[in-house]
Amino acid sequence: MKFTVQDPCQLVRKSLGDPIAEDLRFVVKSVVGEENLIDMQPNRSNNYCCGGGGGFLQSGFPEARRYYGRRKLDQILETGAPYCITPCHNCHSQIHDLSEHYEAGYHSVHLWTLICLSMGILGENEREYLGPDLAELGL
Amino acid sequence: MSSHVIDVEPGKTSSFKDKVMALLPDGGNLNLCLTCGLCSSGCPATGLEDMDPRKFLRMAALGLDDEILNSPWAWMCTMCQRCIHACPMKIDIPGLIANVRKNWPVENQPKGIRSSCELALKNDTCSAMGATEEDWQFVVEDVAEEVRETQEGFEDLQAPMDKEGARFFLNQNSREPVTEPDEMVPLWKILHLVGADWTYGTKGWAAENYCLFCQDFEKWEKIVRIKAKAVDDLGCKVWLNTE
Ligand code: SF4
Ligand code: SF4
Repeated sequence: MKFTVQDPCQLVRKSLGDPIAEDLRFVVKSVVGEENLIDMQPNRSNNYCCGGGGGFLQSGFPEARRYYGRRKLDQILETGAPYCITPCHNCHSQIHDLSEHYEAGYHSVHLWTLICLSMGILGENEREYLGPDLAELGL
Repeated sequence: MSSHVIDVEPGKTSSFKDKVMALLPDGGNLNLCLTCGLCSSGCPATGLEDMDPRKFLRMAALGLDDEILNSPWAWMCTMCQRCIHACPMKIDIPGLIANVRKNWPVENQPKGIRSSCELALKNDTCSAMGATEEDWQFVVEDVAEEVRETQEGFEDLQAPMDKEGARFFLNQNSREPVTEPDEMVPLWKILHLVGADWTYGTKGWAAENYCLFCQDFEKWEKIVRIKAKAVDDLGCKVWLNTE
């Protein structure tokens, strides 16, 4: 099972930079296994915004927002991973919406969901964003 | 990308760009553009509204103030700062765009952003979805209680509220308590298992601040001060932002 991870602009490029992007990868790799993380290109401080930031999700321009998000969508699809980890609320909403709108088929999950899943402590009602392949795992 | 020719009056200078330069550190380097196009080629908003960051900046430099001040593109740039990252001259294009947003009359600003900004000021929770202190306390306790009763190994799970002197003050995006409360649980479990000394607060807990997006600095500051006071009043050391 492969995973990719979104570097939130606010967390990485706009505040704590590449060191926090490395921390993020340390956690993600510990959770999914080193060989199962496939990075988008470009990534870290050079990553593209998902298109949900700056209030775009609430600004009432859904078509423009999804046009913007095409670049993120293509980046994710290029990795071939069926899961995109989104450690930011805006990123999660936008990347989830992009998959549904363009029927891309990948899942958008919070980091905390995967941490708990990997530890075997994810409850039944906490699996909203997992795909059918992981939804029953460890129940 | 440009589909039509823009006429520029000879001798016209930009008053808006100069005003913004007076506000930004180092004038945002707004006069240093080499027109290389690196910003535009890496900006996902390029092409929307027949606009891109280089064009926006060039139009500002040419004094086309009316055009840039009225372009809805200002709301389609996400302030992601990738253009600055790519720019050899580190030009603060989002800083220019933020000031364009600020210049929009309140009544014309996108309703979703404006109303979320206003709603957050309705009560001290700062929730842009209007959640009250009572709603918040109820849903947190209700969800925690259910986990304690139904999930093995979490009989002692706590989601502390207003715990004085806790090390971490955790905030929470309103979307969880309002629309998908079970999504709060995984984080509680992690904090529980690592033995973190944390608390929520009844006041100032909402993570979002939409007043930033419409560049209403006065209201933005008001919200930040309510939140900071909530942390200080409980004597917490670290303000932990989940978003
Ligand atoms: S990257 Fe910088 S120098 Fe190049 S066109 Fe954009 S603003 Fe100008
Ligand atoms: S800050 Fe705005 S103009 Fe710059 S790359 Fe991001 S969306 Fe484009």
